[in-house]
Amino acid sequence: MRIIVVALLVLVAPCALAIDAGRAFEDPELQARYEEIISEVRCLQCQNESLKDSNAFLATDLRREIRRLLTEGKSNAEIYDFLVQRYGEFALYRPRMGGKTLLLWLAPLLLLVAGAAVAVRVVRRRMTLPLDDDTDGETDDDSRVHVADRP
Amino acid sequence: MTLRYLVPIAAFAILIPVFIIGLQRDPSELPSPFIGMPAPAFSLPSLEDPALTVSNDDYAGQLALVNVWATWCVGCRHEHDFLLTLAARQDIPIYGLNWRDDRDAALLWLRQLGDPYAASAYDADGKVGIDWGVYGAPETFLIGPDGTVLHKHLSPLTEEIWQRDFVPKIEAVRGN
Repeated sequence: MRIIVVALLVLVAPCALAIDAGRAFEDPELQARYEEIISEVRCLQCQNESLKDSNAFLATDLRREIRRLLTEGKSNAEIYDFLVQRYGEFALYRPRMGGKTLLLWLAPLLLLVAGAAVAVRVVRRRMTLPLDDDTDGETDDDSRVHVADRP
Repeated sequence: MTLRYLVPIAAFAILIPVFIIGLQRDPSELPSPFIGMPAPAFSLPSLEDPALTVSNDDYAGQLALVNVWATWCVGCRHEHDFLLTLAARQDIPIYGLNWRDDRDAALLWLRQLGDPYAASAYDADGKVGIDWGVYGAPETFLIGPDGTVLHKHLSPLTEEIWQRDFVPKIEAVRGN
């Protein structure tokens, strides 16, 4: 049994290395930025994977370009700009706020405000209703209460 | 009281077309950020002869198509016959961007199937592809005489797509 587990682990182990074949940066800070960026960018070829997770060749190319830009001393913002210029805001998992994406960012807030407004209206109206909303007072429940209340 | 019923009905009436449009759109087709913008400059070795270069200067001042293709791309095989038909009309030059391909395989493809391209640029490492925002093949860009991207198409070209999406834009440019 143990042999089977070990054999499986040995078989699976290379997969952990398979996706990003590029060499790590010598500078741990650059490596950290690189990993941050590639997990924030969508692979356009297989849209539900980040560049970090994708082994599509476009992802390989884009990782190579991001490496190059990092080595050239570009900032994260400049690298995101580079990608957005070519592929649009869609390339970023968290599109930046402004312009076309403003509605996207503000929609949850707008919906919350609209929902709160509806809730407030409903509650207000309920508060002004008579507590005993049974105006004719002739239902069974009501009359029973009245009977019981009688001295 | 009528408002109380009208609001949800109105909201529903607005949502339905939104959903209908949303369902008919292909989420894998991304709008190109280059439409109406100058096409990125490039200069690459020619596919046929590595000593020559193919660049955007080759088609400056005229309408042109830039077609991204590769021999591993099944869709490119599908549209190849139409590209040959289009090239035979001599209406608009087609420039090929051979993307992440093997040179020998690409040359063999052109020899066997015919060559619709005025010239093919050889983008072996996909760098120009990235500059152009290419994320699949085939992709076809319509470039205006001033070098702006007028249209981008993302699937194999057919006569129908050509007449519908390209011809009106070409005529608009030539009409002026």
